Amino acid sequence: MIDNVVFAAAAETAGHSLAAELTWLVIAIPLASAGLLLVVGRAADRWGHLLGVAAPAGAFAVGAWAFVDLLSRPAADRVQDIDLFEWISGSSLNLSFGLRVDQLSLAFVLLVTFVGGLIHVYSVAYMALDADRRRFFAYLNLFVAAMVLLVLANSYVLLFVGWEGVGLASYLLIGFWNQRLEYAVAAKKAFVANRVGDVGLIVAMMIMFSQFHTLSFDGVFAAAEHASAATLTLIGLALLLAACGKSAQFPLQSWLGDAMAGPTPVSALIHAATMVTAGVYLVVRSGPIFEQAPAARLAVVVVGAVTLLYGAIVGCAKDDMKKALAASTMSQIGYMMLAAGLGPVGGVFAIMHLLTHGFFKAGMFLGAGSVMHAMRDQVDMRRFGGLDKFMKITWLTFMMGWLAILGVPPFAGFFSKDKIIEQAFVAPDGQLWQGWVFGLVALFGAGLTAFYMSRLFFMVFYGKARWTDGQHPHESPALMTVPMAVLALGSVLLGLILTLVGFDDYLAPALVEGHHGEPVLGAPIIMGATLALVVVGALIAWTRFGSAKANVPVLPPAADGLIRAARADLYQDTVNHALFVRPGQVLVAQAAKADDDVVDGAVRGLAWLVQGVGGLVARVQNGYARSYAATMLAGVILLAAIVLAGRL
Amino acid sequence: MSALLWPAAPAPLAAPGAAVAAEAAIDIDWVVLSPVAIVLGAAIAATLIEAVASRKGAGRVAAQPGYLRVVQAGLALLAVAAAGLVALRLALRAGESIGLTGDGALVIDPMTLYLQLAVAACALIGLLVITDRTVQGEDAFAPQAAAVPGSEYEQRARRRGLSQTDVYPLVLFATGGMMLFPAAADLITMFVALEVLSLPLYLLSGMARHRRLLSGEASLKYFLLGAFGSAFFLFGAAWVYGATGSLRLSEIAGSVGSASGLDPILVVGLTLILVGLFFKVGAVPFHSWTPDVYQGAPTPITGFMAACTKIAAFGALLRVVYAVAPALSWDLKPVLWTVAIATMVVGTVVGLVQRDVKRLLAYSAIAHAGFIMTGVAAWSAEGLAGSLFYLFTYGVATIGGFGVIALVREVDAEGHIRAEATGLDQWRGLGKRSPVLAGAFALFLLSFAGIPLTSGFVAKFAVFEAAFGAGAAVLAIVGLACSAAAAFFYARVIVAMFFESAPQGEAAPLAGVGIGVRTLGLTQIAVGLSLAFTLALGLVPGWFWNFTRGLAQLLS
Repeated sequence: MIDNVVFAAAAETAGHSLAAELTWLVIAIPLASAGLLLVVGRAADRWGHLLGVAAPAGAFAVGAWAFVDLLSRPAADRVQDIDLFEWISGSSLNLSFGLRVDQLSLAFVLLVTFVGGLIHVYSVAYMALDADRRRFFAYLNLFVAAMVLLVLANSYVLLFVGWEGVGLASYLLIGFWNQRLEYAVAAKKAFVANRVGDVGLIVAMMIMFSQFHTLSFDGVFAAAEHASAATLTLIGLALLLAACGKSAQFPLQSWLGDAMAGPTPVSALIHAATMVTAGVYLVVRSGPIFEQAPAARLAVVVVGAVTLLYGAIVGCAKDDMKKALAASTMSQIGYMMLAAGLGPVGGVFAIMHLLTHGFFKAGMFLGAGSVMHAMRDQVDMRRFGGLDKFMKITWLTFMMGWLAILGVPPFAGFFSKDKIIEQAFVAPDGQLWQGWVFGLVALFGAGLTAFYMSRLFFMVFYGKARWTDGQHPHESPALMTVPMAVLALGSVLLGLILTLVGFDDYLAPALVEGHHGEPVLGAPIIMGATLALVVVGALIAWTRFGSAKANVPVLPPAADGLIRAARADLYQDTVNHALFVRPGQVLVAQAAKADDDVVDGAVRGLAWLVQGVGGLVARVQNGYARSYAATMLAGVILLAAIVLAGRL
Repeated sequence: MSALLWPAAPAPLAAPGAAVAAEAAIDIDWVVLSPVAIVLGAAIAATLIEAVASRKGAGRVAAQPGYLRVVQAGLALLAVAAAGLVALRLALRAGESIGLTGDGALVIDPMTLYLQLAVAACALIGLLVITDRTVQGEDAFAPQAAAVPGSEYEQRARRRGLSQTDVYPLVLFATGGMMLFPAAADLITMFVALEVLSLPLYLLSGMARHRRLLSGEASLKYFLLGAFGSAFFLFGAAWVYGATGSLRLSEIAGSVGSASGLDPILVVGLTLILVGLFFKVGAVPFHSWTPDVYQGAPTPITGFMAACTKIAAFGALLRVVYAVAPALSWDLKPVLWTVAIATMVVGTVVGLVQRDVKRLLAYSAIAHAGFIMTGVAAWSAEGLAGSLFYLFTYGVATIGGFGVIALVREVDAEGHIRAEATGLDQWRGLGKRSPVLAGAFALFLLSFAGIPLTSGFVAKFAVFEAAFGAGAAVLAIVGLACSAAAAFFYARVIVAMFFESAPQGEAAPLAGVGIGVRTLGLTQIAVGLSLAFTLALGLVPGWFWNFTRGLAQLLS
């Protein structure tokens, strides 16, 4: 008790509250739980899942305490940097590990631990029959720890630790069922795309460090005010590359669909609610950099706009329920990215949409998992239909998510997405074309979203039953439906609550200051047009997939070029394959060949010639050392040529 | 850069209390020489012991007495540890001990002492792995290296349990050469050091107990190509002498400025010298020996030479590049850049298709040589500091990695421990069979891959950041791309160990599969030490970072 008082007093003198000082527990609890579950091994099989569920719950409790404490502080004094320990200090480089407890990071912490906790509960039932459930929970806990570390870090280098951590956990979880080859391939694809993104983050850090000599948020943002626009643009673009890799944004989006190979709770937690939004977090957090680099900001907006359309188009054609949801996630993150690129005001709505999306998309993924649970892991929507009568809770909770993502008032998506569309219509610095282009893209995207989400919803729950033989759909156990219901409640209310409590006023002090611009169209017109498009999109979907008269073929019908393209992810994989993978493979093979035997082959070719003429057997063994020496000699000549060329 | 490195007065700055040499023609400061002198002295003593020790039995399969092994191992460990401690002691009062000695043949400055300390530390850990034996009493070396591989005579020697102790004098000579290499202040001394360190390694590479043919082939290749590389070094020295009339590095550096028609000769000469050093560090296109030799040599020797040779050779390279070449940087930059980029790219790309763990680490070593080169090519104090930091962290992790490989063996149906299981397929499921070993190896791989919180990340950060800061962003970006790609093949080993299960054999479930074997425990200690360094330098790198920074500041 006395110790606590002393500790509290010490904390107060440092200007931090005790709750903020203890935020490290949010990271430590799930990390310790993950470590314990992995180390104890099989012996923990009986109680492992319980500990696994307790960990995010404990983290949430600490996070909530810190949040309440934060609200009790004056608005101007809410950003607290907690130093944990000096990593590298002294001469030229000061890197300390510290946490930034502020409005933005705590919003994320609550999202991750709350939604994450619900998904942990759901997993207890979903993975009940899996022999490796304990290991699954260990990875989930590891993920939660890495994710909260990512958002709580107060420097880019610590953020990077979390960034790598979530990548690792995601890799482990996508490939969790690694007995299946294609799952392992999917995990590998995610790994590669993420590595490309990671290079972006490292390059950004290198530039920051060589220019500013620091990597802490404070230091970098302070230095950014005096840095040249070119430097900041470069940093911004490198950060954008990082964000694209992590958040599955164009052109690094192709891994997300394949990542659906992982267990469905993983898709809900990592590939819908939390990890994939880390890119948005990075861009919003780096606001002071983007604020002074208009070109980089424009690039963010363009990437967001392209991805939101891309995901929506792909989503219209997918028959695999999870892949359609993945395309939708891509598209929704495109909205967030677009908003984040619009500046601080957009950034607020990006985060708000991120929170509401975290609820409704996680809810829908869990719903999808519940459907799969009932339909023996079937994911082909053409094989569903008429499930509303058999799975009442799943149907209702899914409906809440569906209404939320459509942006129907007063569901959650209405408050967040509508604001983003309105912001997209704002023309920055008198660039009218930008307002129109991005505004219309966002508007059109809303219509497409309504179509493909309604298509999904109707194909699964309405119309004639098109089940394969021997299906007996049934409602899932309470451990699964209760989390779905809680998330559905969030899908209904969260937008309204966030708006009523003034989320934008709450978050704004954590970001740079921005000014509200006027959209090129009146706000009521935009809202009306959005709603009209949404209704149209949903109605088209109803007539084609939902109504009793609609006839959904169980096999995908022949289709024209656009639909075929959309089914094939707009040929992104083909393009990637042709542009990068194939040349990469050929290059690797060739380089390996060249290194091993091209030089050698020349010698061997000569040997074959000799063999043909004189019947002499030239042993390969002899050739090797000689050809190695030949390589060296060639190298010497090359270097001498280079050095002399400089002299001429 | 060279003001402090080359004190104006050629006379040695004798440390207080040092035994001052007589007023002879040659002044030798024995105190600052002592790290090298201890190791080479011990090497000579070990050779003598080897010669006079009585052998039991007559004829060609005479067994050495049992105590010999203990004596030799103890002597080697003690000598290397003592040399390291003396180097540390000297380094701690580095300000006083800067100077030339041996009539200007050697320069003992903080960088030399640091590198000697690093070599000694790595050699000490390496010696533990070298000394270790399996529970069946076999070490990693052939009972009679001179025997024809697979011959009846060799079988007889093996049955009689013969083992050799001449490994120890050889390792000591190599270590002595390595400690001398970065201390050389003229090209002849540098060449002598190069040969002193190389010749024992050629021999040691051919002494593997298992897979004798591969080992002999590696030894021969290493020798032939090493001779070729040394020839370039000598040839370059001749050109430089022709251009400047001196072999002393300080005088060569001094004559660079004076314009004369001989400039191109000097530049070509330096390039040839660099080629000799590139060969030793395993830089492309002088790397071809690396995979074959790393694979064929006895695994403890592979670890020892991968770490210590790299430290010593990069030390000499840094000496040449930073002490002689700054004035010629405009000319030599393209050379360093070309080699650095080629080394990173070839090491990474070819590493991607390897299926043998030892070859994989060999290509990884090539790629890492390239990463260190980015620090060298940055040509700045930060680059120097980054390279020095990198060398030690990489060396330690490498010895640990090869130590693990030395422990993962094939076990035949009778339970007899056979050769190292180096095929990647044999490593599948190792995480289940030997979790601690697999975990340690995974950490070394993560460090090689440059994942945060391991020393590899800090080291990579140091050199790439230096390259960025020195206007060599191209190098840094190539390096980042390569390390991102290289992470893939490290990850593949980790996946094989932990997420794949061993191929199911019918007759003997463990035949052909690698498994961690029991030994005297020395290798485990070595792996533990390496792991401790790798984690400590990743978690709290501050002091070491500042130390190398301070060194570089002192020199610039």
